[in-house]
Amino acid sequence: MSNLNTQMIEKYRNSFLREVEANVEEGEWVKMCMQCGVCSGSCPFGPHWEHPPQEIFMMIRAGKRDDVLTSDSMWMCTSCYNCIVRCPRGLPITHIMHGLAHYAHRLGLAPKENPTHKFAIKFWDNLTRTGRVNELKLGLALYFMNGFSEGIKTSLKMKDIGLGMWKTKRLSPMEIVGGHKCKDVSGLHKILAKAREIEESKAQKFSG
Amino acid sequence: MSEIVATNQTILVVGGGISGMTAALEAAECGKQVILLEKNPSLGGRVSQLYRYFPKMCHPTCGVEINYRRIKANRNLRVITMAEVASVSGDEGNYQVKVKISPRYVNENCTACGECSKAVEAEFDDEYNYGLGKRKGAYLPYAMAYPQRYVIDPRILGSDDAGKAKAACKYDAIDLEQQEQEVDLNVGAIIWATGWRPYDAAKIQPYGYDRIANVITSVEFERMADPYGPTGGKILRPSDGKEAKDIAFIQCAGSRDRNHLKHCSRICCMASLKQTHYVREKYGDDGKATIYYIDIRAIDRIDDFHRKVKEDPNVTFVKSKVASIVEDKATGNPVLRGVNTEGYHRYENPHDLVVLAVGMEPSVPADQFPADVTINEEGFIEPTSQGAIFAAGCSSDALDVNRAVQSATASALRAIQVVNRVAGMEG
Repeated sequence: MSNLNTQMIEKYRNSFLREVEANVEEGEWVKMCMQCGVCSGSCPFGPHWEHPPQEIFMMIRAGKRDDVLTSDSMWMCTSCYNCIVRCPRGLPITHIMHGLAHYAHRLGLAPKENPTHKFAIKFWDNLTRTGRVNELKLGLALYFMNGFSEGIKTSLKMKDIGLGMWKTKRLSPMEIVGGHKCKDVSGLHKILAKAREIEESKAQKFSG
Repeated sequence: MSEIVATNQTILVVGGGISGMTAALEAAECGKQVILLEKNPSLGGRVSQLYRYFPKMCHPTCGVEINYRRIKANRNLRVITMAEVASVSGDEGNYQVKVKISPRYVNENCTACGECSKAVEAEFDDEYNYGLGKRKGAYLPYAMAYPQRYVIDPRILGSDDAGKAKAACKYDAIDLEQQEQEVDLNVGAIIWATGWRPYDAAKIQPYGYDRIANVITSVEFERMADPYGPTGGKILRPSDGKEAKDIAFIQCAGSRDRNHLKHCSRICCMASLKQTHYVREKYGDDGKATIYYIDIRAIDRIDDFHRKVKEDPNVTFVKSKVASIVEDKATGNPVLRGVNTEGYHRYENPHDLVVLAVGMEPSVPADQFPADVTINEEGFIEPTSQGAIFAAGCSSDALDVNRAVQSATASALRAIQVVNRVAGMEG
């Protein structure tokens, strides 16, 4: 093979697709997309996000690493599963979207101000602290996500619902101190630390 | 019915469509004894239901007529209609085949004068027109049917209509006492040519074939375009009978889809390209066709056809698998939703009529083959080196007419080789 050919092959040897295949959950499916567009057309949020799924898959194959990983598109997915149901190639599109979102977050490239991203972090921190979701703390954290005065306003608006839940024993005000937890919290933390270690060692070769 | 003579040097052809007729004729014209079975009351199969062929845009009736003349002229070929294979046993050179023959209730005296049909009142969905029109309870399957003999629908038996039909016949051709027969045939080789059926479009839920009146299938559109079809050759909307001038074609409706048929049905792209000609033929510059596609698969020499259609300014190509169809209640227009992947443009396009280019699936479901054959995961018969049951045409793969006929001729040759070997052994 001529030198020119080899150069062209190297140029098109797309490392971002391989990176996605290696590090993103279900990422090995991306190459199976045949660009029919049925996922993009089926997405109920379609008009509101920058890149619909089939466009994201093409961008991955075109090596647009920054454009993909800093995009807010994956964070707009509501997991309605319309795309998975209709995809003629059986790609788990919803799961790939979440996989991409998670990977972008891990690399610190996810859009900081995206509300889904912000809430996802709050949910994760809340859950992993005790191994159980503390709904009171999570709810309040959500209300105050966009500043103190908005938080007060939302809390007042929601107070009747909160009181109703308290009366029907769906919510305990005592959760604000500590809250309930799983049996072996430190064991859970060890599991999570180990999982993170494995993930990071896998991602090492593609970082930067 | 006169005695059917078959020996282990006889070739049995199952299915009397274009592939079965071709295989039977090629073998019979080589001097072999052939029995051709057809499940329906007439030969012709799906080809007889087409208005025009691609790429030459000629009428299939022409080729079908030539085949019927060859059949009539050949004394080695015996045609049995309304016959189905119940079971097959034995092996190469010596098969025992049980055939079930349903009663037609009309004997060979029939002159196809049509008096019985006039006398009968009951009407049923016309299978020949995919249920788009009605036919009488005593009927000729279609104008060119072979044999030219009427059929009594078993659903009118025991009613006044049956008596009226019998009374109207001047030739004593109606025999309401006919019974189902079972015949045992001993044959040397079997050509399996049971063909295809259109994929059930109602299973493609987002396209609403079962909910939206103006969403039809490509085979139904073919009947509409035919001047002898249910609409007299007019392209009419099923909802209100108005002329449809803005027509959308949706490709891969059921094909290349893991939720439906995994395979590419091969003919649908060319069928839709062909059908854009019908729109132009009926309406000239007033007709508009839009083809929604993933990629156009017009292979080898028929790509010229594709290029010519692309030059037509009234035909638009949208690279997109349509996501869903909703009905505009006020106008009855189907509204197509999706994303044009050339530029990622979201669309919401109303059309007068939507034609789903439905895929091909084998007529015989994989678990219902009466014979021992190898079926692949798409349901088609795989070629094997064992035995002498040979698939011809669309029972072997999704094929256009041209390739189906080639496949049929090849299978006829294989069957001839088997019966020649048998003849050699028997000295």
